[in-house]
Amino acid sequence: MGILDHAFLKSLWVFHLATGSCNNCDIEILDCFTPRHDIERFGMQLTGSIKHADVLLVTGAVNRQCIPRLKRIYEQMPNPRLVVAIGECALSRGVFVHSYNCPLPLDHVIPVDVYIPGCPPRPEAIIAGLIKLIEQKKNPKDQPQA
Amino acid sequence: MLYLLYLLIFGFLLTAVIGLFASWIDRKLTARIQYRVGPPLLQPLYDILKLLGKETLIPIGATNLPFLAAPLIGLVSVMIVSTMLWVSNLHPQQTFLGDVIVVIYLLLIPSLCIVIGAFASGNPLASLGASREIKLILSYELPFILAVLVAIIQADFSIRLGDILATQAQNGIIAVSWSGGLALLVAVMCTQAKLALVPFDAPEAETEISHGVLIEYSGTLLAMFQLMRSMLLFALPFFLIIVYLGGISGNGIQLVYGALAYVGLVALITVIRNTNPRLKIGQVLRFFWGPMTFLALIAVLLALGNN
Repeated sequence: MGILDHAFLKSLWVFHLATGSCNNCDIEILDCFTPRHDIERFGMQLTGSIKHADVLLVTGAVNRQCIPRLKRIYEQMPNPRLVVAIGECALSRGVFVHSYNCPLPLDHVIPVDVYIPGCPPRPEAIIAGLIKLIEQKKNPKDQPQA
Repeated sequence: MLYLLYLLIFGFLLTAVIGLFASWIDRKLTARIQYRVGPPLLQPLYDILKLLGKETLIPIGATNLPFLAAPLIGLVSVMIVSTMLWVSNLHPQQTFLGDVIVVIYLLLIPSLCIVIGAFASGNPLASLGASREIKLILSYELPFILAVLVAIIQADFSIRLGDILATQAQNGIIAVSWSGGLALLVAVMCTQAKLALVPFDAPEAETEISHGVLIEYSGTLLAMFQLMRSMLLFALPFFLIIVYLGGISGNGIQLVYGALAYVGLVALITVIRNTNPRLKIGQVLRFFWGPMTFLALIAVLLALGNN
């Protein structure tokens, strides 16, 4: 692993995208940046521009209106890029699974690196998920096949 | 050859190291003020390295040459200005006449580069931020030049950094006189605005226009802008130390004094940025052209009276 990859995992800047969520997961994401959880310890920062982002945090059941926009946002992210699905809706569409408005789960639209379940997931769970992502990228071979 | 050495070792390497350390101090102090733990020591370096390894995107609507050249010109101008500051600090007698004016001009170029890059990126939010940045430049330049004029008057109307340093070595530092103290106050506020930090961060308000001027920059270009910001965080307080606080000399207790003055200025800037809300650009203009220009004018008159 080169020094640039090492630096990449040390300073993940996250961009937060809500694709039709109920705002609960979004509140829990913002909790990660509060004094109690302080995710800046791991070098993570919330960015306002997708061009600066390394990690895309997606919440919500991806609805028809959001799919083209989600793709455009994903394509605007500079490589290397990671995607984290947060909350039950982003994982499996949650209660909207039979809805006419949510035809596809998130990972059928864009590739997803980490799934964080919960409705909403606790901030600790989000941090644990992100740290697992870093560990997995550090030693890709050590992880058991899920 | 000697100047090339100064440019690379002092102007670039040392300035970048101290600037990155200062931006760590800034972030760590911010975190401590908010009862957080804060990032590790090498965090600013990791950020720059990571951005160097990322893909650099150029938007379709952008004008390529200004978009690509702006970060480079800004970085080089900060390198040159910090080289000049180092040389005038280490060898006060070898500086050329009028270097104060050159330094003031060169300190303006990074802001202009941000404006040019933002307009060239073709993003509406970026051009909104760029127009705010222009208004910001217009507002802080007048009191900043008046504040520097105080030091020039106190050094018997000499526009050489070396003479300003020599005057302070003889008569004590400028900041302890009434006029010098007022001028330092004004200059610190102008530094805050030059660094585009809260309360004067309207050009790149993250929550409002999502990084405004830097919104379309990514990868290496953004890394250059970040490094330029970090180096400015060294160059601007260093300029204030040379002009008002007698410079940093290399031996014993004097070095400790210089380091303390620098860290104190950075901490002051950080505390100001953490205890204030963002001002609207009109309020910034009123603040600088009203109270700050008034204070600077009083300082100039006091300095003229003493001289």
